[in-house]
Amino acid sequence: MESVYLAIPLAALAGAIIAGFFGGSIGRIGAHTATILGVGTSFALSLYVLYQHVFVGLVPFNGPVYTWMVSDGIRFEVGFLIDNLTVMMMAVVTGVSLAVHVYTIGYMADDAHNWPKDSLAGRNSYQRFFAYISLFTFSMLILVMSNNFMQLFFGWEAVGLVSYLLIGFWSVRPTAIYANLKAFLVNRVGDFGFILGIAAVVMYTGSLDYVEVFAKAESLSQQTMSIFGDSAWNVVTVICILLFIGAMGKSAQVPLHVWLPDSMEGPTPISALIHAATMVTAGIFMVARMSPLYEFSETALSFVLVIGAITALAMGLIGIVQNDIKRVVAYSTLSQLGYMTVALGVSAYSAAVFHLMTHAFFKALLFLAAGSVIIAMHHEQDMRKMGGLKKYMPITYWTSLIGSLALIGFPGTSGFFSKDAIIEAVHYSQIPGHSFAYIAVLSGVFITAFYSFRMFFLVFHTEERMDEHTRQHIHETPWVVTMPLIALAIPSLLIGGFTIGSMLFGDFFDGAIVIHESHNALARVGEHFHGAWSFIEHGFAGPAVYLAALGVFAAWFIYVKHPSIAQQMRDRFSLIYNILDRKYGFDEFNERVFGAGGRGLGNRLWQIGDVVLIDGLLVNGSAKMVAWFASIVRHLQTGLLYHYAFAMIIGVLMLLTLFVII
Amino acid sequence: MNADWPLLSLTLWTPIIGGLTVLFTGDKGDTLGVRRLALVVSVITFLLSLGLYTGFDTTTAEMQFVEKYAWIDAFKIHYHLGVDGISMPLIILTTFTTILVVIAGWEVIQKKVSQYFAAFLIMEGLMIGVFSALDSIFFYVFWEGMLIPMFIIIGIWGGERRVYATIKFFIYTFIGSVLMLVSLIYMYYQGDSFSILDMHVLKLGLTEQTLIFLAFLLAFAVKVPMWPVHTWLPDAHVEAPTGGSVILAAIMLKIGGYGFLRFSLPITPDASQALDWLVILMSLVAVVYIGFVALVQRDMKKLVAYSSIAHMGFVTLGIFVVFQIWSNPANASQNGAALAVEGAMIQMISHGFISGALFLMIGVLYDRMHTRQINDYGGVVNTMPIFAAFAVFFAMSNAGLPGTSGFVGEFMVIIASFHANFWYALLAATTLILGAAYTLWMVKRVFYGEVANENVRVLQDLNSREFVVMATLAVAVLALGLWPAPVVDVMHASVDNLLKHVAISKL
Repeated sequence: MESVYLAIPLAALAGAIIAGFFGGSIGRIGAHTATILGVGTSFALSLYVLYQHVFVGLVPFNGPVYTWMVSDGIRFEVGFLIDNLTVMMMAVVTGVSLAVHVYTIGYMADDAHNWPKDSLAGRNSYQRFFAYISLFTFSMLILVMSNNFMQLFFGWEAVGLVSYLLIGFWSVRPTAIYANLKAFLVNRVGDFGFILGIAAVVMYTGSLDYVEVFAKAESLSQQTMSIFGDSAWNVVTVICILLFIGAMGKSAQVPLHVWLPDSMEGPTPISALIHAATMVTAGIFMVARMSPLYEFSETALSFVLVIGAITALAMGLIGIVQNDIKRVVAYSTLSQLGYMTVALGVSAYSAAVFHLMTHAFFKALLFLAAGSVIIAMHHEQDMRKMGGLKKYMPITYWTSLIGSLALIGFPGTSGFFSKDAIIEAVHYSQIPGHSFAYIAVLSGVFITAFYSFRMFFLVFHTEERMDEHTRQHIHETPWVVTMPLIALAIPSLLIGGFTIGSMLFGDFFDGAIVIHESHNALARVGEHFHGAWSFIEHGFAGPAVYLAALGVFAAWFIYVKHPSIAQQMRDRFSLIYNILDRKYGFDEFNERVFGAGGRGLGNRLWQIGDVVLIDGLLVNGSAKMVAWFASIVRHLQTGLLYHYAFAMIIGVLMLLTLFVII
Repeated sequence: MNADWPLLSLTLWTPIIGGLTVLFTGDKGDTLGVRRLALVVSVITFLLSLGLYTGFDTTTAEMQFVEKYAWIDAFKIHYHLGVDGISMPLIILTTFTTILVVIAGWEVIQKKVSQYFAAFLIMEGLMIGVFSALDSIFFYVFWEGMLIPMFIIIGIWGGERRVYATIKFFIYTFIGSVLMLVSLIYMYYQGDSFSILDMHVLKLGLTEQTLIFLAFLLAFAVKVPMWPVHTWLPDAHVEAPTGGSVILAAIMLKIGGYGFLRFSLPITPDASQALDWLVILMSLVAVVYIGFVALVQRDMKKLVAYSSIAHMGFVTLGIFVVFQIWSNPANASQNGAALAVEGAMIQMISHGFISGALFLMIGVLYDRMHTRQINDYGGVVNTMPIFAAFAVFFAMSNAGLPGTSGFVGEFMVIIASFHANFWYALLAATTLILGAAYTLWMVKRVFYGEVANENVRVLQDLNSREFVVMATLAVAVLALGLWPAPVVDVMHASVDNLLKHVAISKL
C-alpha cells in the first residue's frame, strides 16, 4: 500500500515535469494528455485508497518516506499520515483537479490571444499552464498527506508558489503581476506566523511528527511561556494562534483576505481549482488536522471563531456590490471560508471539513460555470453587460442553478447539509464569541442567497445587455467545458445527503479529529439527527431556510421585477455602498501603511543610516579626518634645513629642562 | 584516493600553480587555450576536493587530512593543514563555485584574459588555504593574501567607480584584520604556539578574552559583513565584474562566518557569552534594517548585495544564539544549540549557491544591456523565457522557499532562536516577508510586464554556456533543499565537539 500512497503525488508530479520541461517538443496534445493521465492516475488511486480505508477498513498509515535530515536529535522527515481525513482530502483534490484539467483544454484553447504577438513567453503557454496545475496538485497532495509539520510547511509554501505563478500567468498584464506579488506577500505574512508556530512546537516537544506532538498536547497545556514581560501565556494557545495566522493567510481570513479577490486575475480554471476548491481550504484542513492541539485552548478556538464570523459576514456583504462575475464568486468563497472557520472555532471540525468538501464541488462548479459564461461572452466579465443567457447556454444555466442552490443551502443540496450543520453547531456552542458568530452566520445566509441570485438573475435572466456583435456569437461552450460542469453538478447536488450521516455524526473521522466532550457542540446537534431526510425536515424548523428564501426573493424583486430599485437603493445608502465598494478600505490601508510605509522606511534607513551616518560620517568621515590631519601635519615638513634644526634645538632644550627638574 | 597523498596540499596548490601557469602563458595569440587551461585547473581542483568528502570520516571531530611541517622554526610557525566538518563543506563550495566563475567569464572577458583567470585561480587556492590552515599565522597569510587578487579583480575589470570601491574594500577589511594579528601574537606569547588548536585550549582571563573577542569581531564582522560595517559590500559588488561578485558573495563572506566558528567561539567562549547580545543585536538589525534597505534599491547588484547582508545575518545569529539557548529557563530540554550552528553553516553553503546564481543572472543581463538599473528593464520574460524561469526559481530560493536550499538554514535558525527568545525568532522570521518582498518585487519589475523598451525587445535568451551554469546551480539549490542530510551529517561531529568545548568556561 505504501507504494500506492507514494504513486499518488508522484503521478501528478510526473505529468507536471513532462509538460513543463518538454512542453515544446510534445506539443499541446502531448502536454494535456500527459498531465491528465498523471492526475487521472492520482484520482483513480485516491479513490482506491479511499475505498480501502473507508469501506474495507484499512487502519491508518503513518510512516516516513525518507529522512530529510537529522539535526540536534530532531528528525526532519518526509512521510505520510493516511487516515480518513487524508483520504477524503485526497479524493476531493484529485477529483476537482481532474475536472479542471479537462476543462482547461477548452478554456485555454486560444490562449495565444492573451499574449502580445512576438512574446516568447506566450509560445508554450498552454503546456506551461497544464504543468502548473499538475504541479499544484502534487503540492496539495504533499500538504494533505503529510505526517509532520515540516512537510506541511513544504506543501503549504509550494501551493503558494504555484498560486503565485498562476495568478501571474498572463505575465504581461500589470494587474496580474500586481495581484500575484500581493498574494505571495500576504501569504508570507501568514507563513511568518506559521513558521513561528512550528518553532514553538519544536521547542516544547522536540519533534515535528504529528502523532508525537499530539501525544504531548495535554502536558503542553499545563505549561506557560512569557512573551510580553512576565505575562504567562498557555503554550498551546500560543502555538495554535501562531499556526492559525498561517491559516488566515492561506484561507484568506480577515485581515489577510485581501489577496483572494485580486487573485481572480489568473485564468478561471485556477480560480476554481486553487482559489476556491483546494488551496484556500488548506488552512481549514490544517486546523482540523491539529484538532488535538486546538481542543486544549479555548482562547485559540474563540479567536478562530471570531475571525471566521467576521469573514463570513463582512465578505458576503461586499459580494453584493460587485459587478465582475468572478469577483462575486470570489467574495462568496471568502464568506464560505469564514463559515468553515466558524465551524472550526466551535470545535465542529468535521462540519468544517464536510463544508470544505461540498464547497469544493459547488464552488468549483460555479467558477467553471462563470468561466463558461466568460468564454461565451468573449472574455467579458462585467455582469452589467450580460443578461438573458439562459436560452443560449442551457447546460451552463442548469449547472449554475444547481451550484447556486447548493451555495445558498437549498434544502436537500449538499450545501444545505454542510451549512445547516455549521449553523446548528454554532447554536449549541458555548465558546466565547458564539452569539456574535451565530448572528453572523445567520445573516450570512440571507446575504449569500441575495448576492448569489443577484448574479444568477443578472447573467441568465433579465434583458440582454451585451452588444450586438457579442450576442450573435453566443453559444454553449464545447463538451470539454460542459462535461466538467456536469461532473461537478452531481456531487454538488447529492454528496452531502449521502455522506452527512457518517462524516458528521458517524465514526468517519474517529482518530483523525479529536473533540473534548465539554465543547462538543456537534454532538448536541447529532442528538437530533435521524438520517438525512429528517435533517432536511429539521432544517425547516430553523430560520436559515427562510432567510435563504427571503434572499432569493429579494434578489428577484430588486433585479428582475423592479430593476429601478437597485439604483434607488444605491443612492439612498450611498455611504454604505461606498464602504462596501471600497472593500472597507483594506487595500488602501495596506498600500499606504505597509506598501508606501515600508518603502519610505527603507529609503530613510538607506539614505540616513547607510549613506549619511555610516558611510558619510564614519567611513568617509574618518578618511577625511586622516586627510585633514595630514594636511596640517604636512606644514611641519617644509623641507628647509633651518626649520628642522630649530625644532631639534627646541626639543633638546625641552628634554634638558625635563631632566633638570626631575 | 590513496590515503598517503597530501590531498589538502594538492587541492590548495593546484589552483595556485595552475593560476601562475595561466598567468605566464599570457594573452599572446589564442586566448582559447588560456581559458581551457583555467577550466581544466578548476575542474581538477574540484575533483581533488571531492576526495575530501568521500574520504571524510563523519564519526570523528578530529582534524582530518592533517599535514604538518615546520615552516618558520624560530617562531614555531608551521605549515599545518587539516579540515573538519566545519571547513570541509566550505572548501568544496569554493572549488565548485570557481568552476562556474571560469565558465561564466568564458567569452565575456576580452581584456587581459590570462590575468583574469589567473587571479581567480590563485584566489581559489588562497581561500582553500584560509579554510584549511590550522596555524594561525599561516591562516593570516592566506587571509590577507586573498585580498590582493580581489583587489586586482575589482580594480582592473570593475566598473566606473572601481577605484573608490577597491580602496574602500581594502581599507575596511585590512583595518578589520590588523587587530586580529595583534591578538594572535598576544596568544603566541601566552601559549607559546601559533597553532589554532592550541589556542582553543589556551587559558585566558575574561579581560583578555574580551579584548581578543572584540578584535576578532571587528575582523570577521567586516568580512561577513555585519551591520554597521557593511557599507563596503554594496559598493564592491556594484563595481566588481560578475565573477568577482560571485566569489565575493559566495565565498569571501563565508570566511567571516567561518572565523567566528573557528576562532571566536572556541578561543574566547566566555567573552562570546558575555557579548553575545551585541552580535545577536547586529544580526537582527541586519535582517530587518537591511531587509528594508534592500527593498528600495534601484540597482540590481546593490539589491542582491543588501540581500546578502540580510541572509548572512542568519549565519551570525545562528552562531551566537547558542548561549541564550542554553541559558533560557523556558527551554527545559536544552536542545537547539546544534540546530542553530548547523543552520548557520547550511545557510552559508546555501547562500553561496543562491547569491552566486543571482549575481551570475545579473551578469547575464548586464552583458547584454550594460545596465544594472531595474528601471531600464521590464518584460524580459517575453524575450528570454528560459532565463526568466531560472530567475523566478532563484528568486524564490532567495526568498527561502521550502524545497530550495534557501529554506533549510533559515528554517533551522528560526526554530533554534525560538529556543532562546520568542522575539529573536519573530524578528528573524520577518525575512519571510521582507526577503520575498525585495526579491519578488525586483523580479516583477525586471521580468514581468510588457516589453519595456527596444533594448529589451532584442534580447537573446541564454546561450548553452550560460544555461549550463544556471542549470548546475539550480540542481545544487534543489538538491540541498530536498535532501540536506548528506551535508548536515558531515557537520554533526564537529559541531557537537565545538559546542561541548564552548560550554566549558575557560575561567
